[in-house]
Amino acid sequence: MEWETVIGLEIHTQLATQSKIFSGASTAYGAEPNTQACAVDLGLPGVLPVLNEDAVRKAVIFGMAINAHIAPYSIFARKNYFYPDLPKGYQISQMDHPIVGRGHLDIEVDGITKRIGITRAHLEEDAGKSLHENFHGLTGIDLNRAGTPLLEIVSEPEMSSAKEAVAYMRKLHELVRYLGICDGNMQEGSFRCDANVSVRPKGQVEFGTRAEIKNINSFKFVEKAINHEIERQIELIENGGKVVQETRLYDSVKDETRSMRSKEEANDYRYFPDPDLLPVIIDEDFKAQIKANLPELPHAKKLRFKTDYQLDDESATILTSSRALSDYFESVVKTSGSEAKLCANWVTGDLSAALNKADLEIDQSPINDERLAGMLARITDNTISGKIAKQVFEELWQSSASADEIIAEKGLKQITDTGAIEAIIDKIIADNQDQVEQYRSGKDKVFAFFVGQVMKEMKGKANPAEVNKILKEKLQG
Amino acid sequence: MSLTTNDVNKIAHLARLGIETQDTESYAKDLSGILDLMTQMGELNTDKVEPMAHPMDQAQRLRPDQITEENNRDKFMAIAPQTEDGLFLVPKVIE
Amino acid sequence: MHNKSLKELSHGLKNRDFSSVELTQEFLKRIKQHQDLNAYITVTEDLALQDALAADIRITNNQANPLTGIPVAQKDIFCTLNIKTSCGSKMLDNFKAPYNATVIEKFNLTGAVMLGKLNMDEFAMGSSNETSFYGAVKNPWNPNKVPGGSSGGSGAAVAARLAAYATGTDTGGSIRQPAALCGITGLKPTYGRVSRYGMIAYASSLDQGGPMTHSAEDAAIVLQTMAGFDPKDSTSVDISVPDYSATLNKPLTGLKIGLPKEFFSDELNADMAKKLTEAIDEYQKLGAEIKDISMPNLKLAIPAYYVIAPAECSANLSRFDGVRFGHRCANPVDLTDLYTRSRGEGFGKEVKRRILMGTYALSTGYYDAYYVKAQKIRRLISDDFKNALAEVDVIMGPVTPTPAFGIGEKMSDPVEMYLSDIYTIAINLAGLPAISIPAGFINDLPIGLQIIGNYFTEAQILNIAHQYQLITDWHKQTPKGFA
Repeated sequence: MEWETVIGLEIHTQLATQSKIFSGASTAYGAEPNTQACAVDLGLPGVLPVLNEDAVRKAVIFGMAINAHIAPYSIFARKNYFYPDLPKGYQISQMDHPIVGRGHLDIEVDGITKRIGITRAHLEEDAGKSLHENFHGLTGIDLNRAGTPLLEIVSEPEMSSAKEAVAYMRKLHELVRYLGICDGNMQEGSFRCDANVSVRPKGQVEFGTRAEIKNINSFKFVEKAINHEIERQIELIENGGKVVQETRLYDSVKDETRSMRSKEEANDYRYFPDPDLLPVIIDEDFKAQIKANLPELPHAKKLRFKTDYQLDDESATILTSSRALSDYFESVVKTSGSEAKLCANWVTGDLSAALNKADLEIDQSPINDERLAGMLARITDNTISGKIAKQVFEELWQSSASADEIIAEKGLKQITDTGAIEAIIDKIIADNQDQVEQYRSGKDKVFAFFVGQVMKEMKGKANPAEVNKILKEKLQG
Repeated sequence: MSLTTNDVNKIAHLARLGIETQDTESYAKDLSGILDLMTQMGELNTDKVEPMAHPMDQAQRLRPDQITEENNRDKFMAIAPQTEDGLFLVPKVIE
Repeated sequence: MHNKSLKELSHGLKNRDFSSVELTQEFLKRIKQHQDLNAYITVTEDLALQDALAADIRITNNQANPLTGIPVAQKDIFCTLNIKTSCGSKMLDNFKAPYNATVIEKFNLTGAVMLGKLNMDEFAMGSSNETSFYGAVKNPWNPNKVPGGSSGGSGAAVAARLAAYATGTDTGGSIRQPAALCGITGLKPTYGRVSRYGMIAYASSLDQGGPMTHSAEDAAIVLQTMAGFDPKDSTSVDISVPDYSATLNKPLTGLKIGLPKEFFSDELNADMAKKLTEAIDEYQKLGAEIKDISMPNLKLAIPAYYVIAPAECSANLSRFDGVRFGHRCANPVDLTDLYTRSRGEGFGKEVKRRILMGTYALSTGYYDAYYVKAQKIRRLISDDFKNALAEVDVIMGPVTPTPAFGIGEKMSDPVEMYLSDIYTIAINLAGLPAISIPAGFINDLPIGLQIIGNYFTEAQILNIAHQYQLITDWHKQTPKGFA
């Protein structure tokens, strides 16, 4: 039998605010346990939540970026369950009235664009962490993370392969970082994914029973976990079994998913509107203010790069993958006065390769936009050749000197003085009469020998076009 | 509407609330009595009425995104039943 | 000294007729003498004397406010820094709050002297103060009777002159009902007028703190300190606080008083009806006009309340889980055991009943029939009040169906107990302000008159109450043995 897969993703993004969603405690990662958990985060008796404006703003920014409906009226609800990392015994979340309604995101897989619907995105508070190291057989609870703002982004079940799921997740990851609403750090848990996976016989309309896979915290694992789950479900059904609706945990060490029985029992969350919080009203003014400050979105920017800078699709895609990279590129074009294509080649080529090798992000680049532009300007005004530029680039990476300083210090300036080039060529022709004869008798290949000799003599600094021209004239006699 | 002791046990578990076995019966009776009081509500047609969650018809106020809280861990740990190395301790959590 | 009004006390302190330390010692002595009332859970004697000393210095330096140096007792629902805050529960018997409630901060700033923390129904759930882990409170008018609840300790302490005034909280009548049964004045302000920060939540959309005093004049002074916007409470309302004492003497000529027929039906005890009619007659003498009104949905207030309040409390009380503070059972074998036993041991029967009720009302399959239905009825009741208050300035009625009942009388039947809140509950559902003032005695037990006003009209309610207290002396009566 042929099977079809249906995947929907729920992605939890930690919003990059300074303070928590309902308290003034810091959200900084990596602090000593419980040093960033204030009375509100600990759920002490009598304390009350007050909503962080920036969390709301960031949710609205996201909604606008996916062309979603922004709810003029949204409410917080309590989701009730007992767990030691959930101090109040309920999580403040949104149920019936989420802040972001239906929107969409376009993904590309194997050159084909597919539109994935986003059902909703809602604000909620993160839970703390349970530490299972040995405390005499007990578990330690760190509530620093409790109350960190989360935007839970729920997709429609519209992905049909692990590959599509990864493409969607990457696109979303790129978007939230681009918008500056989430740092996207997956190791630190800033961007987490749960996948709802089901299979059905090809052509069947109704969905199969789905399993929810929790705790997938890297792109690699998402693909592996989903593929593993698809195989498990197909195998199960083909052997006469039935998929049960359950939560499964992905174990990256064993590369398998296993049932989380502990979370299964009594899932009656008893949602109801949180009486400590009032409805969040988002008026036109608030939206207009956000819209005015909304960055140009990746898709629009890519189109602009293709038209304004005449870039090919690949370069435009790479350059608009992050705001920092596109800003860097545009600054280089502007400052250097060079052709955009040349700038794009250097940014996506040598610079990206060097950054990759050193495992650095663009905003950590040892060569800032100004210094790279300084070098590109010298290529454009023929002070140096593209070949010499590679040498200059190396120096830029190592030192803090400007391109001009490096060119002057190392004497890399290209020689365009025809008199000097002619003198050298005359000398080389005089010293290599045999080769001159060969060339004149029709052996064109010998020409390269002469170019090489000239360049060697001039330490690569001669303008190659000029050398070619003069050599040709002289050799023809 | 009347609740059985079984219902009471189910609700009590949902609320993680220990109740003595010998009291279950009386809770069932009390809750059933309270639920009888509730049946009056059903007599009124409220199809067109908007539920009211709050007496004040107001919007949620928003707080500027500023860190206003400092580390008070020692103060909070001092009132906790069991702690170690700055952590609250609970029986082993099995996932 | 203990029988003086707040104005007289403040004047006496400023005039050096007596010091705050002397005044505080006097009340501390009375608290000890009348321990059998069981009004206090905690007496903070040393702290009170320290505060009194500081207040005396402040008074000497002419930096006194109207409440500086005057001893107050706080309901044990307000968190007090490093002082036991039990909420009347075993669950918090070991809980010393690591912070002050906003209301406590306000009293501290004004230089009030805190005598201690007052007994109350466990987590404010009760109408008789009998659900307290610390035992029942006796009514100073008759030790066999309840003082009302949940602010029963507050009612008894003020009536017995064990504090110059007290605070209470009111979720379904918990200020007004004990005020009525103890013969004192109790004001429940508009929802959002007094900060709820640090006031341990019972039902968040209904809870409101307020003053419990000897008179409306005193209540105006105390509310002045309690009221005001608090950025830490999202439901706190940011509108200015008027001078409550400034308008106490406005004449009542032309005041329109509405009497809902639902409040004066045959169900109302005949003696009670007679006393209330007499009180209302006094208002007519003061120039008020009486108008009969109807609020047809009022009868559904009790069922709606007993869905909404337990639903909110079932979630509010989930944080009491034995992990970060409060009672924890011994040797839990696993997580579920930790939760169920800590909560099972820490909570009393009435609290458990309401948690169970609320959990049930919110659970799958019942949410719409109970919770949503109750929210809709809440809207209808609130609309009833809106319509009525468009026609009249204030609404008057009883506070309780009867005077104080006997200790133990209603404990066996929760429904019977709930029904005693019939005249107070609807006001919380609507979020309106209301006051209970002494309006006479039935069988030597005090009864109260309730005055309900529109949103944020506390000043008007206090003015109306004060005018009555100028021509009557019910509020000046002292229970035998407490003079």
